Amino acid sequence: MTRRMGWIARAGVLRNDNPKGPWGNGGNGGNGGGDGGPRNPWAFPPEGRRPKPNATSLDEFLKRARGGGGGGGGGYPGGGNLHLPGGQSIWLIVVGVFVLIWLAFTSFHSIAPQEKGVVSLFGRYSTTLNPGIQVTLPAPFASVEKIDVQEARVEDFPQAATENLMLTEDQNIIDLAYSVRWNIQNAEDYAFQLANPRDTVRAVAESAMRASVAGATLNEAIGAGRTNIEAEVMQRMQVILDEYNSGVRVLGVAIKQAVAPQAVDEDFKAVSAAQQQAQANMNQARAYAQQIIARAQGEAAQFDKIYEQYRQAPEVTRRRLYYETMEAVLAKSNKTVIEAPGVTPYLPLPEAAGRRRETPPAVQEATPAQPQTNQGGQ
Amino acid sequence: MGTRLFRNPMAIGVLLLALVVILANTFAIVPETKQAVILRFQNPIQLINQYQRGEQFGRTGAGLVARIPFIDRIVWIDKRVLDIELDNQPVLSTDQLRLEVDAFARFRVVNPLQAVISTGSTANTEQRVADQLRPLLSSALRNELGKRPFAMLLSPERAQVMDNIQTALDRVARQYGAEIVDVRIRKADLPTGTPLESALRRMATARRQEALTIEAQGLREAQIIRANADAEAARVYSASFNKDADFYDFYRAMQSYRYSFGADGDGERDGTSIILSPQNDYLRAFTRGGRGGGN
Repeated sequence: MTRRMGWIARAGVLRNDNPKGPWGNGGNGGNGGGDGGPRNPWAFPPEGRRPKPNATSLDEFLKRARGGGGGGGGGYPGGGNLHLPGGQSIWLIVVGVFVLIWLAFTSFHSIAPQEKGVVSLFGRYSTTLNPGIQVTLPAPFASVEKIDVQEARVEDFPQAATENLMLTEDQNIIDLAYSVRWNIQNAEDYAFQLANPRDTVRAVAESAMRASVAGATLNEAIGAGRTNIEAEVMQRMQVILDEYNSGVRVLGVAIKQAVAPQAVDEDFKAVSAAQQQAQANMNQARAYAQQIIARAQGEAAQFDKIYEQYRQAPEVTRRRLYYETMEAVLAKSNKTVIEAPGVTPYLPLPEAAGRRRETPPAVQEATPAQPQTNQGGQ
Repeated sequence: MGTRLFRNPMAIGVLLLALVVILANTFAIVPETKQAVILRFQNPIQLINQYQRGEQFGRTGAGLVARIPFIDRIVWIDKRVLDIELDNQPVLSTDQLRLEVDAFARFRVVNPLQAVISTGSTANTEQRVADQLRPLLSSALRNELGKRPFAMLLSPERAQVMDNIQTALDRVARQYGAEIVDVRIRKADLPTGTPLESALRRMATARRQEALTIEAQGLREAQIIRANADAEAARVYSASFNKDADFYDFYRAMQSYRYSFGADGDGERDGTSIILSPQNDYLRAFTRGGRGGGN
């Protein structure tokens, strides 16, 4: 657009230059340079009117036009009619300016780097313009349609944020959102072959996607099969669009979202929750397994080590273990030694009463039952 | 006189205007996207820029055409691929399932004269052709789809179904001077309401079933893992302890005493009171005054 403005400006420069051109000079020459000031031809008519205030401007205008005579006449400095050159120059300048504007607007075309200009000459395709400033015949002979061939257009499905339900092969329903990127490969085909290119691309995309989804199961469409579906749709679209000679190239198909419909979303979540739960259960079981086997191995190793020593000196090791154990046990316990069997002792074991758990006294070959009875009695 | 006339700008203007009108009625620009039928007193005399398969732009009949002004009339017809859209066509499959189908057909007027004659119109011809074809597409669609079970409407064989429809429709379209480029199903959905809801319910119950199965299988796996671990532990124990069952009994008893009487462990069991008889094996040396021997 800026470039076009530049052309207009340039046309304006030409227009301002005109007074200094041959027509303008001729007019001034005819006047004998009387004023010297108004070199601008636009200012000429009022000046001419002043000497004859009684004549209507139209009369004068027509008279001047009639007296125009030959085209070059005004150029001679000694020309008889003073007003003729000025009248003619107005016509020529007005026409010239219009021609220039017309040319500027319809002959020069600035084609942006990403565009192609499809030129029709009297409606018939003639050529395709590449980027840059290009010159064609002016309208109505030639017309140029600029087509952006680089821009990747994106079509979103669905257009609004709504559910886009489709049927899968196993007659389930899936909510699918996807987008298709396309651009124009062939500007002429794009300009002339399809009545509604964008609608066609959309319709084809929708048809191809639904055909592909109808060939996939729900699990495929939601999960691993998405890439396949994308590739398949892209290929399918390209085949159809080529069939139409549409000049459109499909750049890519992207499934943005493939989920279960809102109505059954909870149930789908229940499945993944169940999967998580199952995994959790198995993890716990594995942890238990590790623990129990490690413990078994540890205890076995401990026994093996001791047993090795025991084999060297069985009796001594046995006694040593016995005494060590007794020592450890009895050192931490309250001990009561009862001499005579048959005596019923009163056992003041105050602390034992407060115990959360009453440990049955360990008696080896001791007086039977009595301590227990007493303790219980307390 | 002639020169006087040309000197009169008004006259020039009128003449120019007349010239423009005559030129505009004589010459017409036929763009690449249009076909034209020239009617002379309603009698078609010429076809311009008629579609031909595989033609190259720039070498078609497009361009400037001349005709007799005020006598010849031009009827314009689009040359491009046009579309017919059909929304929400109810289809009943052979297994009595209802389906709502959106379909479209792409067509092109290949015989503009036939199109003009068959629709009897000289304006919006392509629109009228589309209007004529729409109900035909609709009935062809329903006939063809209605012959098949529901599952097949979703299957890849539906491409074949579409080809059948295209062939059938193309035959009719020729009468209107049109060629069917393509017929496709755009959507095939379950109708909202009961059919959709029952399908969703079926999906939901299937999922619930899957969830329960997965959970049960997880529990089963976990239990097997535990059982295997227990067995492995038992194997490790027996492999080790079985070397000397008698010593194991003694050794394990010692460990058990330490644990139970609080010598080892977390201290909860300390403070045990033990009443010993002097005959206790441990106190043997204590009572016998150093004369004690082994067991």
